[in-house]
Amino acid sequence: MRRASALILALAATLALAVSSTPAQERASLTDIEDEVMCPICGTLLELSEAPQAARERVFIRRLIAEGRTKEQIKDALVADYGSEVLASPEGSGFDLAAYLVPIAAFIVAAAAVLVAVTRWRRRTTPAAADAAAPSGEDAERLESDLARYDL
Amino acid sequence: MSARSFAVFCAVLAVVGLLGFGLLSKGGASVDVGDPVPEGPLPRLDGNGTGTVADYRGRWVLVNFWASWCDPCREESPALQRFHQRHRDQHFTVLGIDTRDLSVDGRAFVERYGLTYPQLRDGDGERARDFGTTGVPESFLVDPQGRLALLRRGPVDERYLERYVAPLLEGERAQG
Repeated sequence: MRRASALILALAATLALAVSSTPAQERASLTDIEDEVMCPICGTLLELSEAPQAARERVFIRRLIAEGRTKEQIKDALVADYGSEVLASPEGSGFDLAAYLVPIAAFIVAAAAVLVAVTRWRRRTTPAAADAAAPSGEDAERLESDLARYDL
Repeated sequence: MSARSFAVFCAVLAVVGLLGFGLLSKGGASVDVGDPVPEGPLPRLDGNGTGTVADYRGRWVLVNFWASWCDPCREESPALQRFHQRHRDQHFTVLGIDTRDLSVDGRAFVERYGLTYPQLRDGDGERARDFGTTGVPESFLVDPQGRLALLRRGPVDERYLERYVAPLLEGERAQG
């Protein structure tokens, strides 16, 4: 009984530790956010842009970091001003969902194609291998004579 | 047509359809002189509700796309403000649209340059795309019927406004 209680306590402590260290609550940093948001006017990641708009975006992010906002809160604030196009990763809804579904569908189709191709190839090669293992008729006679000639 | 050919045809059709939809939904439109201009509502820059070009139907509207980070926009703003002040009694207004900009920066810009004409916000740049802009600043003169009368890609100055915009406003007043 005591052992079970200790186990539950340890589990609860581990869970609390895991929850307290979720990324959303970590202190945000400019470098961490820069590679996840876009400079909307340049069409590139913010970290790659030196445009005037990108400079203003960085000032905005630094200010929110100084206010103690989390990464998610800062990204939400950017979306509120620039719209969802400011996010480097597409949203999981509408047409943007295709960015996630198409690769999965392509993988399934490719896997099915490989499976079908391998099955067909095995079907084709198995009878040939059986024939090669046991020659008959003229082939068998010629094999026998060759073996006898070379004394193998 | 065999089942296999039909499956391949469907797969190709799906890919082409997906690409086509993507291109159409992301592609930019453009407005030519004589065309009705896009009139969907946009939030006001000061945060008080929404506004649209259609709110000014019956007046000439110089729709000016700008952003606070754009140097030429800073240069043209005083000229736009003066022109607005001079002609606002002639059934005319400048309507600023702050595009792809931080709202806090946009509001600071308006305050800094003392702009009194109405301002809307186009944060994601969708309205700028609807108008077919290629950058900022760009100005579109909309006639009282909501059709494009004149467009200027790049900054305007007093000379341009008096030479090309003012005569259209005067013409309207003479007819009226």
